[in-house]
Formats: sequence, C-alpha cells, structure tokens
Amino acid sequence: MSEIREMLVESATKIMKDFCTKELINEAESGVWAEDLWNIVEESGLTTIAVPEEAGGTGGSYGDALSLLRIAGKYSAPIPLAETLLANWLLAEVGLPISSKPLTLSPVDNNVVTFNETEGGWGVSGIVKQVPWASLVEGIVVVGKFKDQYMIAKIDPNNCLISQGSNLAGEPRNNIEIQNQFVPSNGVAFGTDGLVSRFAHLGILVKSVLMAGALERVLELTTAYTKERSQFGRPIHRFQAIQHHLASLSGETAAAKVVTDYGIEAIDINQFETEAMIAKIRVGEAASISVPIAHQVLGAIGFTDEHILQHSTRRLWAWRDENGTEVEWAEKFGEQVINAGPEALWPSVTGINKNPISSH
Amino acid sequence: MSKALKLPIVELPENIDKLRDEVRSFIAEERSKGTFEPQCDSWLGGFSAEFSRKLGERGWIGMTWPKKYGGHERSSLERFVVTEELLAAGAPVAAHWIADRQSGTLLLRYGTEEQRNFYLPKIAKGESYFVIGLSEPNSGSDLASLSSMATKADGGWVLNGSKLWTSGAHHSHYMIALVRTAPLNPENRHQGLSQFVVDLAAPGVTVRPIRLMTGEHHFNEVIFEDVFIPDGSLVGKVGDGWKQGMAELAYERSGPERFLSTLPLLTELLNTIQLDPDRHTKIEVGKLVARLWTLRKMSLGVAGLLEKGVTPSLMAALVKDLGTQFEKQLAETARLLVSSNPSVTSSSAFERRLAEAILHSPGFTLRGGTTEILRGIIAKEVVAK
Ligand SMILES: Cc1cc2nc3c(=O)[nH]c(=O)nc-3n(C[C@H](O)[C@H](O)[C@H](O)COP(=O)(O)OP(=O)(O)OC[C@H]3O[C@@H](n4cnc5c(N)ncnc54)[C@H](O)[C@@H]3O)c2cc1C
Repeated sequence: MSEIREMLVESATKIMKDFCTKELINEAESGVWAEDLWNIVEESGLTTIAVPEEAGGTGGSYGDALSLLRIAGKYSAPIPLAETLLANWLLAEVGLPISSKPLTLSPVDNNVVTFNETEGGWGVSGIVKQVPWASLVEGIVVVGKFKDQYMIAKIDPNNCLISQGSNLAGEPRNNIEIQNQFVPSNGVAFGTDGLVSRFAHLGILVKSVLMAGALERVLELTTAYTKERSQFGRPIHRFQAIQHHLASLSGETAAAKVVTDYGIEAIDINQFETEAMIAKIRVGEAASISVPIAHQVLGAIGFTDEHILQHSTRRLWAWRDENGTEVEWAEKFGEQVINAGPEALWPSVTGINKNPISSH
Repeated sequence: MSKALKLPIVELPENIDKLRDEVRSFIAEERSKGTFEPQCDSWLGGFSAEFSRKLGERGWIGMTWPKKYGGHERSSLERFVVTEELLAAGAPVAAHWIADRQSGTLLLRYGTEEQRNFYLPKIAKGESYFVIGLSEPNSGSDLASLSSMATKADGGWVLNGSKLWTSGAHHSHYMIALVRTAPLNPENRHQGLSQFVVDLAAPGVTVRPIRLMTGEHHFNEVIFEDVFIPDGSLVGKVGDGWKQGMAELAYERSGPERFLSTLPLLTELLNTIQLDPDRHTKIEVGKLVARLWTLRKMSLGVAGLLEKGVTPSLMAALVKDLGTQFEKQLAETARLLVSSNPSVTSSSAFERRLAEAILHSPGFTLRGGTTEILRGIIAKEVVAK
C-alpha cells in the first residue's frame, strides 16, 4: 500500500470508529440524516476521492477510494459515501460538474430512463426502482437513453416522486419517478456501452469491498465474543465446535480480503472487470457462509438489536443481493470460462490481466 | 483485521513469465511425445524417475538452494510458478516431490555441511527421493505421542519401531524420521525428539506395502529392527526434533499442491460441457473458477511471506483447509454436472479424471494434518492475536 493510501485508511478508520456508534447507526436507520458524520467526511475531502483535482475533486486513485470504502463497510457508515463516489466518478468521466454533497447513482444498466430533446436541453423521464439513498441525497445521477444513445445527467430529487423504502439493513432504497424533468444541454453528456459496462463492474467491485469490510467486522466481533463469553466454566473458544466455526469464519474473511485486495490492485491499472466479477462471486459466498456462523456463535444476544453484530450482518444480507447476486455473476463468468475453452483455463487463472478469459 | 490474517499482494516479476513459458513448452513437448497423461493427484500418484530426472536437468528441482549444493539460487516465487505449472498439467512429479519440497529444504536449514554436500546435489538432479517419517501406528494427529526410539550406541544410534502411511517408501532412498532419543516425558511430550536421515536400504529396514482402496500402492509401513544409524545422520540437534519438524510442516502445508490436486479434472470438465452449457452449469463453473482464482492468490501470498523469511503457520493452515475442501468440492461438482460412469479404465478422459479425483479425495483433507487439527490451530491463533 502506498504511503498516501495508508494515511487515508488510517484517518478514515479514526473518523468511522469515532462517529459510527451504535446510536448513530440505529438513528440513521429510523430515517435521521447522519449530519455530523457526513460533514466530517465531506470536509476531509473523502466524497470526491479519485476525481482529479482539475475537475474539482480531491485527487487520488480508484484504489484509494476502494480502500476507504472497505473501512466504511467495516464500520457500517450510514451515509451514501459509496453512492456519492460512484456518481462523482461518472460525472467526472463524462465531463459534468461534480459535487461534494450527497449524491447517488441510479442503476446504470437500466432500460427505463429516456431522454427527449427539447428547447435548450433535455426532458428526462422514467421510473427507476431501488435507487440507493434517493430520499436523502441532493442529486441523482441517471443513465438513460435517447434512441440508442446512452445519456447521462444529474437530476434533482426534489422534482421527482420518491417512494419510501429500505433494504434489509434499513438503508434507503427508493423507487423514483422522474417526470419529464428539464436538464439544460450543458448538464447532459453522452455515454458509451463500454462506459456503462465499466460502471456496472465498478458497482459490483464497490459492493464487494464494502462487504469485505463488513466481514472483517463480523470476524472481529465474533472472535472477541468467544473470549468474553463463558459457559460450563470456560470461555467458549475452548470448545472445539466453536473453534471450527472460528476457523471457517477466518478462512472466508481472509478470502474476501484477498479477492478484494486484488480487485483494488486491478482497478489501479484499469483492467478490473474479471477481478470485479470474481470478487462479487467469492465475497457473496463468504457472506452467506459467515453470517450464519457469527449468529450461531453469538447465541441469543447476537439476535437482538442491542448487539452491534446485526449492523454488519444485515448489511451483508442486503448487499449480497444488490447489483446482482453472486449466482447471476457466476453465470456470466462461468459462461466466459466455458466459451474460452479448456486450454484457456489455466493460462487465464495465472494471468487474468494478460490473457483475459473473455473478449468483452 | 488481525495482522496474522493478512496476506501480501504478490506481483510476479516480469521475468517469471519467461520461466512459466519454458515450463509450459516443456510440458507440451512431453505431452506430444506421449510421456505422460495428465492425472489428478499426480504429486502422490504420478511416479516417473525419468520425468524427475528431466526436471532436474532443467534446473527445476532444488531451485531455491545455493549453487554449491546443486541448487539454482532462484526465488521461492519462481519455484512456486514451476510447481503450479506442473501440478496444473497433472504431470508425474511424485518421485522427487517430498525431497524437493521439504527434506532438502530441511537439510539445508538444519543439516551439517557434509549432509548438504552429500544429499542436496542428488536431490536437485532428480535422482534421490525422500519420504516423510512422521506418522506411526499409534500416533497420527497426536504426533508427539510417537514411540519409535533411537538409542545411543558406539559411533551412532540403534533405531527400533515403525512408521506408517509412508508415501513412496517403496521407491525412495531416504527417510527423514522423527523419533525419540529420550523416553517420553509426560510433562513435556515435545522433549526428547530428534530427526535422522535413515537409509531405506540399510539392514533392518523393512518396507511393507499398504494398498489404497483402489489397489494402488503409494503407502507403506516402514519397520525398523535394530537399524544402525551412523552419528553423521542426525539432523540438527539432539532433542530439537519437534521444533525442526514443525518448521518442515510450514513448507508441507502451504504449496499449490493443496488446491490443485484435482485441477486436471476441471480442465476435462470444461472440455465436456463446452457445447451448450445450461445456466446451472455456467453458475457452478463460475463459482469454481472464482474459488480457484482466490485460493491461488492466497497460496501465492503465503509463498510471498515465506520468501521474506516469515513462517506463516496460521495462513498456511488456513489455505490448506480451504484448498483441500476445494479439491473435494471440485470432484463433487463435476460429478453432479455431467452424468457419467467414472472409472479409471474408461475410454473417456473425463471419466478417468473423475474416477481419480473421487478415489483419492479422502486423502486430501487428511494428509499433512487433518482438517480438524488445522481448524484447531487456526482458531487458537485467531483468538490469541
Ligand atoms: C494420502 C496420504 C499420504 C500420507 N503420507 C504420509 C507420509 O508420507 N508420511 C507420514 O508420516 N504420514 C503420512 N500420512 C499420514 C497423515 O499425516 C495422517 O493420516 C494424519 O496425520 C492423521 O492421522 P491418522 O490418519 O492416524 O488419523 P487420527 O489422528 O487417528 O484421526 C482420526 C480422526 O480423528 C480426528 N482427530 C484426531 N485428533 C483430534 C483432535 N485433537 N481434535 C479433533 N479431531 C481429532 C482426526 O481429524 C480424524 O478425523 C499420509 C496420509 C494420507 C491420507
């Protein structure tokens, strides 16, 4: 890790640790905006990381940003940091103005938003489901189409119909109706298939990184609990059945860490689509193995809202299904592997960047 | 996350690509000559003195050892690449595998100058094979309970007892045996153990075959009856056997052979399902390859730590646990994806590979420390950190 990244991770850890208390996360879940947390994150320039300074951002790389998001995932930060970063990255790529304020990016590979040319600009319409944090942000970046052309714009949530809704972790997930909202010409940009595909993969890599962070937390909380809790006169980590649970949990967490480390590494050289798929598949599996273990080990206390384990486990349950489940991505990836044929298998595994499994 | 659970990102240096290509061309050439057919679990079952000698000639055994002992002074990452290529191809590497992986390395670390000069060049040529002398009839997981005993005599030691499950003893030259040199002290069972190089051709050594359930002969019982071992065969210090043996285990547990034993089956599976795979098949293949890819990166991370001189016992145990589960899971997935009649005599390569994978699968999670024992180690270290 570069020195700058280490410093970033260190200061982000400090902020998240201090601010993401149990009370704050619970309050956020009841709909209260985490004002103080957002402000410090924004003031620290973390909401525009990996946007070049010339474009008004903080600078740094995508890898820096993903390292930061792993920390946000670890501490269940109840703010749309991932969403704001994704939105800003897309805005910056297509040359639209970015913002340090809370933003979100609606699902990019939708077929539901349309752009129509009007006097001096464009009318944007559509009904989009499951837009993260739409009810609490200041701008929604949407990808839509004018005929066959991808179009990108930032629209104003105040002029949309937004339904209330949330995922299993109580994070806002809203259906929005955009009613022919006017966006001036200079607020609209064109997109390409390649760009949209790249952001779809960026989306799964971001989710994987958040999940890997949450898994780290689950392992820490579970390990600590096995030392604190005694039954039959000894700490429960002395029981072999519990040791097996801990070993499996450690293995899954370590695998999630490694696979996202390489995703982060890959994004730094901007050839990350295969790594992103692998990360989404492997981290999704890790989540589905780890969460039941953690809840088993913590017994009834872990099942309560008293204990903070649930902040991480409910996020893992929610996030594993967002941007496509691990099975949907395994199908895509498996198809590429099969199409590439048996001779390509091992060379691809040993050098995915050099011999891409697919030719997408 | 606990530091002990972190692995470095290992970037293989550019020049390694060249080495990898050399290994691949060599394998392709041998395949086209019909020297071998890819085989699952080839590092246990694929014995070929001829093939080992060829690898020795190319400098692919004892790669990391000093040149003065016949080694090639290459990095452990280079060795990693050579071994993973050979395993992925299912090449017959069993003859020299243990000598290269752990016995030679152990002698280099703890052996005398005389021992290094005598054994290492022969190993590096692919002409001298070693076996692991740890398990005994009454000592499996509980290795410290072992009872084979060497008693001091004039100019050497006299060894009595037996070793069990000794892979390859019937065609190997030497064993590194962990035995008692002092009676068992129930207060500290790790005391009083020492390591010796035992010549398997010495008088008093009997190698008795024990057949696998397939009828194959890999295992043996090696019985010692008043075997005289000269003083010069002691490895390291008297009484340090336990510590030395544990260091040996880190090499034994962490390599690519802990997740690649069934890779030749995956290649055949892709061959078989290539036309018109259904959704379920694609999903299962996607998951398998995602796991494989992640495991390889983890194993590479362990190799990276070993290269830096760290002994990552926790991560080695963890990768072996995950890796050997994967080896088994691969066989099970292949079996459920393709209806077939697995048989080692089948005319279909897929059915042969599947048969090998299924029949060898019980061993994956036993050898080198059982899953249960590994998980105990992992949990204890994770709790301690
Ligand atoms: C293919 C193969 C090759 C091998 N090659 C060699 C070789 O070359 N040289 C050599 O020395 N050995 C070799 N072995 C032996 C191997 O190291 C042992 O099989 C292994 O250590 C387990 O010992 P065991 O078979 O006696 O089982 P046991 O130790 O008797 O175990 C039986 C069962 O009890 C479980 N168990 C035991 N103790 C505990 C505990 N404390 N907690 C929980 N569960 C426990 C085990 O996990 C296992 O499930 C080989 C084994 C195989 C399968």
